[in-house]
Amino acid sequence: MKIKKLCFGLLSAMVAHSLMFAGTISGKVTYTGTPAHQKPIDMSKEPTCAKQHPTPQTTETVVTGSGNSLENVVVYISAGAPDENGASAKAVTFTQQGCHYTPHVLAFQVGQELDVVNADQTSHNIHPLPKVNREWNKSQPPGSPNIKEKYDQPEFISVKCNIHPWMHGWFAVLKTSHYAITGDGGAFTLPNLPPGKYTVTAWHEDYGTKTADITITGNETKSVDFSFVAKPY
Amino acid sequence: MAKLFAVTLLIIAIVSAIPIIRNTWHPMEDISAHGQAIDDQLSETMWEAGISFLASQIILAWFIWKFSGDRPGEKTQKKFPGGAKGLVIAAIVLVGIEVFALGIFGVKAWGAIYFTQPGPDALPIQVQAGQFAFYFRYPGPDGALGPIHADKISEGNQNFFGLDPANDVDSRDDIVTAEMAIPVNKEIRLLMHAKDVSHSFYVPALRIHQDFVPGLDLQLHFTATKVGRYEIVCSQLCGLGHYNMKAYLSVLSQQDYDDWLKKEAAMQ
Repeated sequence: MKIKKLCFGLLSAMVAHSLMFAGTISGKVTYTGTPAHQKPIDMSKEPTCAKQHPTPQTTETVVTGSGNSLENVVVYISAGAPDENGASAKAVTFTQQGCHYTPHVLAFQVGQELDVVNADQTSHNIHPLPKVNREWNKSQPPGSPNIKEKYDQPEFISVKCNIHPWMHGWFAVLKTSHYAITGDGGAFTLPNLPPGKYTVTAWHEDYGTKTADITITGNETKSVDFSFVAKPY
Repeated sequence: MAKLFAVTLLIIAIVSAIPIIRNTWHPMEDISAHGQAIDDQLSETMWEAGISFLASQIILAWFIWKFSGDRPGEKTQKKFPGGAKGLVIAAIVLVGIEVFALGIFGVKAWGAIYFTQPGPDALPIQVQAGQFAFYFRYPGPDGALGPIHADKISEGNQNFFGLDPANDVDSRDDIVTAEMAIPVNKEIRLLMHAKDVSHSFYVPALRIHQDFVPGLDLQLHFTATKVGRYEIVCSQLCGLGHYNMKAYLSVLSQQDYDDWLKKEAAMQ
């Protein structure tokens, strides 16, 4: 009985404690100027993929949404939070379908398992190009098992396919679990932040990075917007 | 035993010659202006080599039969008449004549492709071979191809050639495509650039087969004479994706080609 009470008490304290860390940073990422137009991809050298795109897919270097919003921007806490390891987190999936990487930008943590899936009827050879982490490339004929890998260091890694030159994506390997990727509308939310001084970084594959310093004192929601300048080419 | 061997040899020689004589497997239809000369040369080589082959096998079989020594008292011949010296001289003369003849007759067909210049109206098209795709570049209205900067290559951005339109004016109207289209009956000047390792440009129907050599920008010229869609395949082992490396060549009427080029220009 006493133990039950003790456990209940501890549990309540933990829940209350986590509810206490409900500081949130949220905002929107937009751009100014005119972005370079995205080009259609000709997949004629791989007929099994070409026929999946009767209207050609376009490059995704700059993806814009409603209200001048910028998509595929990784917004994360770059300072002020303790380093985390994602070894116990659920695996993330990177899919090759129609000779295209989905999602275009995949964010996950150091130590977190990455699963690469080949959903096409043709072979792929995924080749991430890190500068800090170990570089590898692996062939994946159709029907082969998922490639399971992980990274030890935080880094933004460009990903290509050795067989299909137009395939391109990004791995954002982060040492924090506080991250978000913007979608249509450019909105992001970083919840569950304990009080403290934080640096928030927004990264875009072509337009670079922008940072902002935010202080959280309690359970408030602080707002910060990022605006990138578009490049004409 | 030797006589049996002689007969077997003869049968093998004749059976292997039959499908060649019957032209069971013939080359793809020729759609190029220079292709006839090459096909004629191939034919001549086949005839000449074929006759030499059959003649030598028949003579060999006859000699084995005649000098087999199967029955007692039959003559045997253990040496080539004239000895080793005679053999070497005969080989040099016979084989030499054959090879020399082929060379002299063949050089005309080959020289017509490689040792002649394209006409001043030839349409220049650049083809870049890189692991593992071909990409093509048309000069656009200004007629000039902009410079290539290897450090600006960004395949995820579809900048396969490393063009810098921000700083190079000539690059701004260049048209980069993944398929090659050409007008029929128009001479094409093909500029061949290797991005990384050696590849090869092979269109069987056009009778064009040329390696890309990294560091050498080679030129070829040809004229296609029939409308259709053909495969360009890489025929020089270039890595793990070599099996998958190909592009398509469309030979179109002048009007269709102009429409195609306009469509591609709009997608740049």
